[in-house]
Amino acid sequence: MLPALLTMIGLAAAAGVAAAFAARRSERDRNRLVEEIDALLPQTQCGRCTFAGCRPYAAALANGAADINQCPPGGHATAAALASLLGREAKPVDPRFGNVSTRPMVAWIDEGACIGCVKCIQACPVDAIVGASKFMHTVIAAHCTGCELCIPPCPVDCIVMRPAPT
Amino acid sequence: MPFATAPAPHVVAPSSVARVMRQVLYALVPTVVLHGVFFGPGLLIQIVLGVATALLCEAAALRLRGKPLPPFLLDGSAIITAVLLALCLPPLAPWWLVVSGVAFAILVAKHLFGGLGANPFNPAMVGYAVLLVSFPARLLQWLPPDVPGMQPTDLSAMETLTTILTGSPPARFTWDAITSPTPLDALRTDLALGMTMGEAHARALFSTFGGKGWEWINLATLAGGIWLLALKIIRWHIPVAMLGALFVCGSVMSAADPGAYAGPLFHLTSGASLLGAFFIATDPVSAATSDRGRLIYGAGIGVLTYVIRTWGGYPDGVAFAVLIMNLAVPLIDRYTIPRIYGHAR
Amino acid sequence: MARPGVRGGLRLNAHTERSTEHPLRPASPVESLVLPLDQHAGAAAVPLVKPGDRVLHGQPIAEPGGGISAWLHSPASGTVAAIEPRPAPHRMGAPTLSIVVANDKRDERYGAASPPRFEELSPQQLRDTIGRGGVVGLGGAVFPTATKLAGAADASGLRLLLNGAECEPYISCDDMLMRERARDIVFGARVLLHALAAQTCVIAIEDDTPQPAAALSAAIAEAHDDRIQLRLVATIYPAGGEKQLIATVFGVEVPTGGLPADVSTVCLNVGTVAAVAQWIRDARPLTSRIVTVTGDGVREQRNLDVPLGTPMAALIYDCGGYTGRMSRLIMGGSMMGQALPHDDLPVIKATNCIIAASPLDLQQRGPEMPCIRCGNCSAVCPAVLLPQQLHWYTQARDLQALETHGLLDCIECGCCDYVCPSQIPLAERFRDMKPALLEKLTADANADAARARFDARTARLDRIERERDAALAKKRQELTKKS
Repeated sequence: MLPALLTMIGLAAAAGVAAAFAARRSERDRNRLVEEIDALLPQTQCGRCTFAGCRPYAAALANGAADINQCPPGGHATAAALASLLGREAKPVDPRFGNVSTRPMVAWIDEGACIGCVKCIQACPVDAIVGASKFMHTVIAAHCTGCELCIPPCPVDCIVMRPAPT
Repeated sequence: MPFATAPAPHVVAPSSVARVMRQVLYALVPTVVLHGVFFGPGLLIQIVLGVATALLCEAAALRLRGKPLPPFLLDGSAIITAVLLALCLPPLAPWWLVVSGVAFAILVAKHLFGGLGANPFNPAMVGYAVLLVSFPARLLQWLPPDVPGMQPTDLSAMETLTTILTGSPPARFTWDAITSPTPLDALRTDLALGMTMGEAHARALFSTFGGKGWEWINLATLAGGIWLLALKIIRWHIPVAMLGALFVCGSVMSAADPGAYAGPLFHLTSGASLLGAFFIATDPVSAATSDRGRLIYGAGIGVLTYVIRTWGGYPDGVAFAVLIMNLAVPLIDRYTIPRIYGHAR
Repeated sequence: MARPGVRGGLRLNAHTERSTEHPLRPASPVESLVLPLDQHAGAAAVPLVKPGDRVLHGQPIAEPGGGISAWLHSPASGTVAAIEPRPAPHRMGAPTLSIVVANDKRDERYGAASPPRFEELSPQQLRDTIGRGGVVGLGGAVFPTATKLAGAADASGLRLLLNGAECEPYISCDDMLMRERARDIVFGARVLLHALAAQTCVIAIEDDTPQPAAALSAAIAEAHDDRIQLRLVATIYPAGGEKQLIATVFGVEVPTGGLPADVSTVCLNVGTVAAVAQWIRDARPLTSRIVTVTGDGVREQRNLDVPLGTPMAALIYDCGGYTGRMSRLIMGGSMMGQALPHDDLPVIKATNCIIAASPLDLQQRGPEMPCIRCGNCSAVCPAVLLPQQLHWYTQARDLQALETHGLLDCIECGCCDYVCPSQIPLAERFRDMKPALLEKLTADANADAARARFDARTARLDRIERERDAALAKKRQELTKKS
């Protein structure tokens, strides 16, 4: 009786230790996981998820410091893909982080009002605005990710979001 | 002048699920007939009971799931499940055995998982496994075959019917008097008793290859299987892989120790090997997807069948081998996607 | 070496016995010809004429729009009646801007100077000249030929493959072309060999009918050109699919997402090659094509030489009219052809065949059942796909899995559809799913580009900060040194 009991407990303990070891990720695995998560994110670099860009959000997801429903530009499809990758419960995007838009939007500068202050150029995380000090600024629509970070810094409020050209 | 439109292609082969299932049923006819020749009318009664149960359960499940009865009810898949399960049961098995097995197969193994095309496990084998685990002794009570050298059980058709419906043999018999083990079961018992292969094979039950009577039934199954291959209802990969693996295992082990291990031809012609190879393992829904995957799947079933028969706890291993490989199918599918035209080698 | 035939595929009844009984004849002239400006792949052509202008047969009436485009020439002499939206067959009957020519039936030709011998032109000049003839791929893809030649011109060791493997049932226009105009094909081959600076040309045809092979062999022998060979391929549908044919004849596979030029091959339909010959040798631009009129729903089944813009209704009338059994009008073959909503549509450069189908021709689908995973579909798929899995993932809208399983490699041949016992309309489902997948891939590519720009910007800002810190540190050092 006692040997059998000890054997079973011993086997269970060994299996548990092995599982714990397997569940820990090595440094290289963790980096690869961050890459895989980042590949699913839309690269808008907007910061709506409360992290300073998509890669910091991916790193936080890998560490378990963030949830999968924090990315509005990715929409529900990205949330579902993240849930699938990380083995977590699927849920829709939390509206506290922002609204999921139905069509892609890009920024547009009203050139009549632009004063050439370069504040929006400095704010754009993907260098989608061309221009220089005292020169006209314009958004390259094909490069704009719709992050809306250029809108608050503009002193004359001349930037609006418009549906992306097809 | 206006015309009605439809998407391409504008011609399709006149095929249907019902037609495929019908061909499989036709291919089973030789097996059923020869089974009746050697073991009496018990099988036919089991089939009738099984098919009736299958259709009733199928209708009930379709209703509960909100699906239309035609075309699903008579597409033939439930009937095939019932016939295959009936073929696995002893001819004199009580009625509740086939009824509960078929009901479990149709309701749980098929419809709970999504119905036609969605079952991950072979329904007939799930039903059989449940019966085998729950009523092991009942499933080993076969009849002696009606061949020279054996004492045939002298039951009339009516007596067979009453035996099945009441669960007890007619007054003049006891169970022990009329039942006989299958060749695989007999071999297993004898080897466990310390007999060598030659001594075990000397029994009246055995002939040159496998068991008397059983050989003919298996040949009929082979004929049916070849017919299905010719009609391209099934493809060659699973049967060839399964029988090949079984043959190889049998050859290797019996070459190593002929006294303790049965030869390859015995394995191929006894039990449910051929029925499994052509009718059970080839169930497309629960099998692997690609050709390479099917070869691995079939070979796995062959090896597991041999292992269970030789070292496992049951005389015949086809049912559990199939179910275990059904478990492995998603993994096999993941690693055997064929190289698409134009993709890197 | 080359494999014996296409992988998978189906042996189908060709249904071309009746349509190849009679020799080619020109279609009867019609009053009005409708020419859609976007009847080729790429940008629509831009009109050079306006309503009321007199035009001659062979006169250019529209020039290429921007990017990939093609010339359009008048198929008859007469007057430009209108330039307005008209229903078009390649838009399922929806209107598209078209030039309407009123035919004066005098067939006065546009006089052009006699063309120079093609051997005297450089390959580049010859390619440009071919473009001005309005020649596009007549196998059905209507891709501008000059653009295809220009795209392949820089590759070395180019091989020319002429596709005469007309494998889809009911279509026999290439068959008749090869029987009656084999010399045009061989001349065109020599022109193209020069235009591409290539040394090898293989004409591939199916092995089921002897007349095209005989005619082409005779024409090749007559030309005394040993660069051109004839090659027979097994008659299996879809042996004539460009990718399958290249694999069969040359033993190489066109890489996924790539072009035949990536494997040093330029593949052209024999009809396209004959059109090149007529333009380069006779100064006749592409203004007509051979069309097969077939099916149990039309009285006379045959091939005709039809001016572009001829209404299909007139063509059917020219062939004796509909029989009482007419049911469905199909432009193309029975496996990939498009069903048309009515017959008041013009013949365009892509119209290789018109099937007036009766219930005898059509094999209708039964009711759709769930997939039973039988694997018949993957056995016949010429692209080595698993249509069963594609169907599974299409139902789940799992775009990632569809990409892995090669949805974009599907050539929409319909073989899987044909054999499915559950009667699932697979080709239609895959066709409908492809735009969603392409949209996802485009979004992925955009995201990758955005990530690259973000990383570059972050690196630049870091570098600026480091340089500024270094400069400040250096200045501080100099100041402390001085004091």
